[in-house]
Amino acid sequence: MPSVPYCVGIKKVFPPSFFKSIRSSTPSSEKVVMKIHEFQAKELLRAADVPVLDGKIARTPEEASLAFQSLGTPVCAVKAQIHAGGRGKGSVKGSEQHGVELAKSADDAFRIAEGLLNKTLVTIQTGPEGQVVRQVFIESGCDIKQELYCAILVDRAAGSPVLIASTAGGMDIEEVAAKTPELILSEPFDPDRGLGAYQARLMASQLGLPTASWRYAVQFFQALCKAFVSLDASLLEINPLVLTGDGTLVALDAKMTFDDNALFRHKRVLSLRDESEEEPAEIRAAAAGLSYVKLNGEIGCLVNGAGLAMSTMDLVKFHGGEPANFLDVGGGANVEQVTEAFQIILSDSNVKAILVNIFGGIMRCTTIANALVEASKTVGFTVPLVVRLEGTEVEDGKKILASSDTSIITADGLTDAAQKVVESIKA
Amino acid sequence: MSILVDRNTRVICQGITGKVGEFHTRGCLEYGTRMVGGVTPGKGGEKIADLPVFDTVAEARDATGANATMIFVPPPFAADAILEAVAAEVELVIAITEGIPVLDMARVLPVVENSKSVLVGPNCPGVITPGQCKIGIMPGYIHTPGNIGVMSRSGTLTYEAVWQLTQLGHGQSTCVGLGGDPLVGSSFIDILSLFEKDPETQAILMMGEIGGSAEEEAAAYVKEHVTKPVAAFIAGRTAPPGKRMGHAGAIISGGKGTAEAKLEALRDAGIEIAETPADMGAAMVRAIQRKK
Repeated sequence: MPSVPYCVGIKKVFPPSFFKSIRSSTPSSEKVVMKIHEFQAKELLRAADVPVLDGKIARTPEEASLAFQSLGTPVCAVKAQIHAGGRGKGSVKGSEQHGVELAKSADDAFRIAEGLLNKTLVTIQTGPEGQVVRQVFIESGCDIKQELYCAILVDRAAGSPVLIASTAGGMDIEEVAAKTPELILSEPFDPDRGLGAYQARLMASQLGLPTASWRYAVQFFQALCKAFVSLDASLLEINPLVLTGDGTLVALDAKMTFDDNALFRHKRVLSLRDESEEEPAEIRAAAAGLSYVKLNGEIGCLVNGAGLAMSTMDLVKFHGGEPANFLDVGGGANVEQVTEAFQIILSDSNVKAILVNIFGGIMRCTTIANALVEASKTVGFTVPLVVRLEGTEVEDGKKILASSDTSIITADGLTDAAQKVVESIKA
Repeated sequence: MSILVDRNTRVICQGITGKVGEFHTRGCLEYGTRMVGGVTPGKGGEKIADLPVFDTVAEARDATGANATMIFVPPPFAADAILEAVAAEVELVIAITEGIPVLDMARVLPVVENSKSVLVGPNCPGVITPGQCKIGIMPGYIHTPGNIGVMSRSGTLTYEAVWQLTQLGHGQSTCVGLGGDPLVGSSFIDILSLFEKDPETQAILMMGEIGGSAEEEAAAYVKEHVTKPVAAFIAGRTAPPGKRMGHAGAIISGGKGTAEAKLEALRDAGIEIAETPADMGAAMVRAIQRKK
């Protein structure tokens, strides 16, 4: 393993940027990560023996009111369920209401739920357009003595999952990492051995928890690490993690995302997918086995390979254009996938021209050429299409394009392709 | 000389009876690679492309004397395939498979580190020493034998760079695809140290991308340990932060992950930067001339 530049002694100090991967994700942007709602994460955690509070999901104000009554605690939290964080500080469009509020009665719960359900909640993570709240989670109150932070994710440099914790609970963890990195503790652990009890005790001690609470900390952290591994999560964040009045630990919030590559062995997790929270074009792309990220420019890009796709976007920008998307058709795309890729690109009304850049390895140039001709028949290109092919079966691919009666603009080399596509918009 | 593979490398393919495994086994044979067999559990005794198929890697190794393996096993079983190759003490394990769960790799890497095997990948195009041995999915014809060592986290971007080098009359000693996943077997530094030691390699071209800190670590290593000219390109300069660009590894996560931070570290190490992907070959030429 290479040395890590920000390794200090044996105790690792994480840069603030480390936490951006936790914070910066928007729900629509990630092919590799499946997200679930807080209440779903808590169901999974409860099943894994991680202490969580009792709660019920409600889809109408009436259900919220009934949920309050059945929970039987004097105070409940009513929490909007959307695939984005920052709910507590976020507010509903056109009102003062926040995404998380406390209810002291069934009527309170009714009123708060009414103010959230089917309304648009805007948080720092949703962007200005916000997200529609379709369900609220009614959760028992608890006696909060101290708010802490903890998260688990896979650290590339360590090559293993790592448990991170801080006394700065409920706060923006990036800010904590920037201003007071010494407040952030970390313990890497082996996925199969799990977190050692000694590691959990060390953490409890460093967090300054009372010794009477250490056994709860060991139980909590070990169960959490086990849940992370057994569910193939990519991120499990508890913020805040609460030390209660009677010295136990409980997860007050839970954010959980999963490694898409491992979902084949987690049918239960897969069933928790809520597609109403995701970008339609990106769902469509994922279903076709394509990797697509929508951006705000005018030049649609269809490329094979993630690195080349990023580079193609860079080159478009270098020559004065703005890419409309990232789209990687992958190594083994067929005619159907490429046709679907074109339809997805063209479904973005901002697209004024398309650049296809294929360097064939597994992907043969004849495949893309056939798909281009096929797609132009079924889709019908209303915008200029610039194509640059290189690699396996390139000559045959070029012949297919030349002999078709499409209006495809062919390019030789990268620069030529980028210049031609940018030029085609100006014309 | 060259690194990792040459004309004497004896290669088996794990997953040879699958469609993709067979296609690329044939591709490697056509290129002239000494493919000596394949492995698919339960299909021992069959033949693919006139090569014997074995049930286990250990059998294949004993029967063929293989010292390298190319893995096309589907993602759910690929980590086990890597472990099997390591257990059989195959010296070079090249995992092409895309989509292996990251925790599977977290389990595999410590085993590899404590073994005699070198792992390249997963989610990579493979390794090629032009004119001698191709292990992987890269189109062979774009490569030319020569003195530039090439390494990259991205497959098709490597092809692009190699194509440019070949067009400019610069052949390659060995080209190594490291893979686009967050956890991979060989790092830039591992390969840099091999290129630095290899007498045939006179200059090094590397392609990185946004996300992680592998490029910064490589830059620091170059500054300290590499005497040969180095040029680099970073993909994703225009990628917006927080958006994951296809590769699980390619996401800007603040200061360490941005293209600008990487470019700065690379420049600081005296590495010649390719400003655009069309400039990769030319940047290598500039680096060589500057060093003279």
